[in-house]
Amino acid sequence: MNSWIVSHLWLIPAVPFAASLIILSLSNARRKSAAALALFGQALALALSILAFVPTLQFPGFRSVQNFTWFTFGEETLRLGFVLDPLAAVMLVMITLVGLCIFLFSVGYMADDKNFTRFFAYLSFFSGAMLGLVIANSLLLLFIFWELVGLASYLLIGFWIEKPTAAAAAKKAFITTRIGDMGFFLGMLWLYGRSGTLLFYDGGSGCLESAGLAMLSASATFIALLIFCGAVGKSGQFPLHVWLPDAMEGPTPVSALIHAATMVAAGVFLVARVYPIFSVGAVNGVTSSLTVVVWIGVTTALMAALIAIAQADIKRILAYSTVSQLGLMMVSLGVGGVAAGIMHLLAHGFFKALLFLGSGSVIHGCHGEQDIRKMGGLRRLMPVTFMTYAAGMMALSGVPFFFSGGWTKEEILHATAHWPRSHAPYYLILAGVVLTALYMTRQIIYVFFGYTRAAAERSHESPRVMTIPLIVLALCTIFFSVVLTPAWPWLHGFLTGEPVHFDITHLIQPMLFVSLVLVSSGVGVGYWIYRKAGVQNEDRAAEIDPLEYAQPALFRFLANKMWIDELYDRTVIAFSWMGARLSDWMDRYLWDGLVRGFGAIGQLFGIFTTSVDERGINAGVDETTAGARGLGRMMSAAHSGQIQMYLGAVAIGMLALLLLYAWLA
Amino acid sequence: MTPTLQVFLIVSAAMFSIGLLAALSRRHAIFILIGIEMMLAAANLNFIAFWRFGPQHQPPIGVMIALFSIAIAAAEAAVGLAMVIAVYRHYHTTNVDQLDQLRG
Amino acid sequence: MVGLITAIILIPLLGALAIFTWPQRNCRPIALIFNTIAAACALGLWRKFDATATGLQFVERHVWIPAINAEYLVGVDGLSLLLVLLTSLIIPFAFLAQPSPSGRAFYAIMLVMQSALYGTFTAQNFVLWFLFYEMSLIPAFLLIKIWGGENRDRAATKFFLYTFLGSVAMLLSFLGIYLANGTFDFAALASLGKNGLLSGKIAWLAFGGIFIGLAVKVPLFPFHTWLPDAYQTAPIGVSMVLTGVLSKMGVYGFVRLLLPLFPNQIKIIGPWLLALAICSIVFAPLAAWAQRDLKRMVAYLSINHLGYCMLALFAVAASPAVSAEIDTHAALSGVFMQIFNHGITAAALFYFVGLLEQRRGLRGIDDFGGLMQRTPLLCGWMSVAMFSSLGLPGLNGFIGEFLIFKGSFAIAAAFTAVAIIGLLVTAIVFMRAMQSLFSGPLAESCSAFPDLLPGEKLVIVPVALLMFAIGLAPQFLFNIFNTTVGQMARLFS
Repeated sequence: MNSWIVSHLWLIPAVPFAASLIILSLSNARRKSAAALALFGQALALALSILAFVPTLQFPGFRSVQNFTWFTFGEETLRLGFVLDPLAAVMLVMITLVGLCIFLFSVGYMADDKNFTRFFAYLSFFSGAMLGLVIANSLLLLFIFWELVGLASYLLIGFWIEKPTAAAAAKKAFITTRIGDMGFFLGMLWLYGRSGTLLFYDGGSGCLESAGLAMLSASATFIALLIFCGAVGKSGQFPLHVWLPDAMEGPTPVSALIHAATMVAAGVFLVARVYPIFSVGAVNGVTSSLTVVVWIGVTTALMAALIAIAQADIKRILAYSTVSQLGLMMVSLGVGGVAAGIMHLLAHGFFKALLFLGSGSVIHGCHGEQDIRKMGGLRRLMPVTFMTYAAGMMALSGVPFFFSGGWTKEEILHATAHWPRSHAPYYLILAGVVLTALYMTRQIIYVFFGYTRAAAERSHESPRVMTIPLIVLALCTIFFSVVLTPAWPWLHGFLTGEPVHFDITHLIQPMLFVSLVLVSSGVGVGYWIYRKAGVQNEDRAAEIDPLEYAQPALFRFLANKMWIDELYDRTVIAFSWMGARLSDWMDRYLWDGLVRGFGAIGQLFGIFTTSVDERGINAGVDETTAGARGLGRMMSAAHSGQIQMYLGAVAIGMLALLLLYAWLA
Repeated sequence: MTPTLQVFLIVSAAMFSIGLLAALSRRHAIFILIGIEMMLAAANLNFIAFWRFGPQHQPPIGVMIALFSIAIAAAEAAVGLAMVIAVYRHYHTTNVDQLDQLRG
Repeated sequence: MVGLITAIILIPLLGALAIFTWPQRNCRPIALIFNTIAAACALGLWRKFDATATGLQFVERHVWIPAINAEYLVGVDGLSLLLVLLTSLIIPFAFLAQPSPSGRAFYAIMLVMQSALYGTFTAQNFVLWFLFYEMSLIPAFLLIKIWGGENRDRAATKFFLYTFLGSVAMLLSFLGIYLANGTFDFAALASLGKNGLLSGKIAWLAFGGIFIGLAVKVPLFPFHTWLPDAYQTAPIGVSMVLTGVLSKMGVYGFVRLLLPLFPNQIKIIGPWLLALAICSIVFAPLAAWAQRDLKRMVAYLSINHLGYCMLALFAVAASPAVSAEIDTHAALSGVFMQIFNHGITAAALFYFVGLLEQRRGLRGIDDFGGLMQRTPLLCGWMSVAMFSSLGLPGLNGFIGEFLIFKGSFAIAAAFTAVAIIGLLVTAIVFMRAMQSLFSGPLAESCSAFPDLLPGEKLVIVPVALLMFAIGLAPQFLFNIFNTTVGQMARLFS
């Protein structure tokens, strides 16, 4: 049974794809069948994923590969394949589990939407593509699914297509990620050219195996960095992070599934997957490509956390928090903590999906309002949402012991602290942890505590179809920590293939205290600042954020996302648009002008030859004939018909001849 | 006065000139014809004179040529007169100024 | 099956004659019948084609003009067969797309053009080839000139003069080659090409003449300025044939003539040729971005897509060192795939632009809005064509582009890296178009649009399914030309 699914891995993505195809062919009115099909497909995929997960437990470092020929071109073949290893297995389970929760939630959340069936078709399509991505055993196949998830993301961000902002956000997402993808594409070509194969594992000759890696030599750094470009785009890393907050224009379940839990983590997954390329020629686990990864990650993590503090939209705060957490994962990968990064990815998948769904529930309850300053006091009105949201918030902030996020974050800190090259990332990340706790505290105070403001007044708890996924995800978030603790780091061992021992003494480590202090300080500061948020006092209105009151310039800087969008608008976009106009202009006037110039030269030549013909050659002939005619006229005038004149002429001629004779003789 | 070649030539030249003058100046066709005949006569006189004072003046060479010439002149005069009459019949004039049908 | 190729060439001509004897005004059925017969013959050719045999198949050779060694010599190899199939596919598609015009002459002329196209792709002797090559030009000119839209006289004249000048240059070059070598036979010339057909300046002149002739046809930057005008003004069916098939004549000429005949010259000026291809790839989509007119936009993207073909061909032919077999094969296979895929995709895009124009009467990018709400099927299938054109994996465009980039990158890395910009800008162009056409509030002027009619569905769905088929399982197409690719790769190395 186990070996059956291992050799039929393609079924896992195929099931949601098939569901999507069937749903797409349904009419708009068949809402129930659409939802049922999507849920069934997702549940089946989950079952298959769990089935596939089981064999990977057999022994450490399990890896099973099925390669097949896609096509033969010329006399060469292009092979693709699927791989099942611990990394793929955990991703499969996480994606299908989170996916199933979100599908279920969507049934409630999208209940009133007129394009309900299409939504589930897209969602299933996304799920299929994402599952394909994680089990791809070829960089090309990975790239193919990578683009397909990008397409699904595009379709779903722009799902409410009649909203111009949604359409613009979808376009921005597609193009921004494609910028990164072009780097990825180049890196892939380079890798293909160097190693001659794009298969990751191929019985010793794959590009991630020692023989293939040896062929890369010095180009490995560039290849790795180019591939990383793709990850930067997809995972919303600086400087291509701008699309991710805008992507919140999509329906909230989409934000939860694609732009929090799965697709955006694909960049992290990609780096983890091709990690051997990044670490070619590593000294102490440090290479130049990994250093770039670390610094990009640190910049992103800190910048996004700062921006999140000043946002008012409940989903945008979470979006920036996602960006920040993805940066954190990148840092972890960069410093060598691959397992830590992936563990955080998984934990983040659960709790961020939970938070987004919670925010969806809040938005649903508040009738579409997304501004946190207009909510408040919701903990009484939406108790389930509040409880689950709080669990998510604590996991995200990194509260240790009971919440998965705390353990994984701690592990990342641990890895970063031991990075040989520099300690700066470590301290910067510590700051990031404090900031995370701070902005989550701010959000939760604004939304759930304090006074009930305008938008929250007639709010209500969401229906059970929405709260059950919340509860499931909250439980996942909490119980997931069982396999994460240092006392029994089972997942760590599973991912790295190292043996695991249970040792309760490992539970208490110095990093735990560091973490505890940071988180509590973040929460404490947050509570202190925002304890009276949303309350009118004598010197400021309720809508004004206490931070804004204290530091208006800084707050505006952060609230406007550091003006990065505006900067891009004025520079990159403006320049490209100028390039476009210039090309068009050149085409119309320069190149076509040249052509017309050549045409004009031809015409001028024509005019010239015409004039030569008319004034020169033709005129000569005319003149000759005219002259001949004139001569003839003159001669004919001599023939007067007067015989005597002729005779006289003869006489004169004779006389002249005589005289001539006389003169000559 | 001994008749010499020069005397004959002078007379001949005078006759030729008179004939030419007549042929050029008169308007009546008959007179022109008469002028032409006079020029012919002058030419005949020249023949005879050159023969008589030339190196071989045996008869009848020179006289024969003159006689031929006179005969031809007579025939020519006959043709000329016939043409004049024909022209007169056609145009009702013998004034050569009006007879310019040969004009080019 | 001797005579099959001649039959394929003659059937459309017979169709053209039949149209003049047809009593009714609506000539589309009769044209389609002849298309179908020709397509059936082409399919028969495919069935009987031996995919593993090297060299030409179905050869027919007859004495024609012995004085100049011009023979009636037709035959197909994988590339020719591919293009014959493409022609058989696109022409009926164009007939179905064209909102029935305008008298029987339209159909007759189109059929003549089809015959000329078949001839061009199967002729193996220069004189015969050139005859067909020119024979396709005149119908195209007439079609634009008579049934074109705004500005048609100018565009038609420009198109004609441009391509005709190129043809004249090519003809002169071939006369030079003939005088030096005494043959017009493609195969014979190709085998002579290695040692140089001509020497000294004459060789360069001949090279230049043929190059310009073909570069105009493709078109390659900067010989492309006839194209936007011609495609923009031509009636929709003609635009489809122009971009779907006629532009392939140029690429075909490069593969069949220029590269085998002048390997040494190409090696010397290779980087410059690559630079021209890069200009096609980068500037054309940028210019497309700035267009308002949808047809003109698609026209510019056509230049871009054929630029990829040129990039790969020049990379293969110009590489100073002997490149690895896999790269050459990838590049050539990519070019052949791209030829076919671009034919389908660009024709489909023009078809959709035509549908929009029929419904709205205008085709500016901002004349529409919010179509997704009114015509979801139209938008959905049109998106398929657009995504195929921008190279989304899973659709046909990706296969060709991937192989082209794979092959070219290994041989000419720097140029290929720049060419990536083309992929990006193409995406931007389509994203902009989709945003402006499909999304936002429904425009007042579009509120009465019908969605895809059954007849239209019948036309577009098979084509779109073909795109998916090629994108997912392209082996059936590769089978046609794999042997030819190997053969050509050996010729170039």
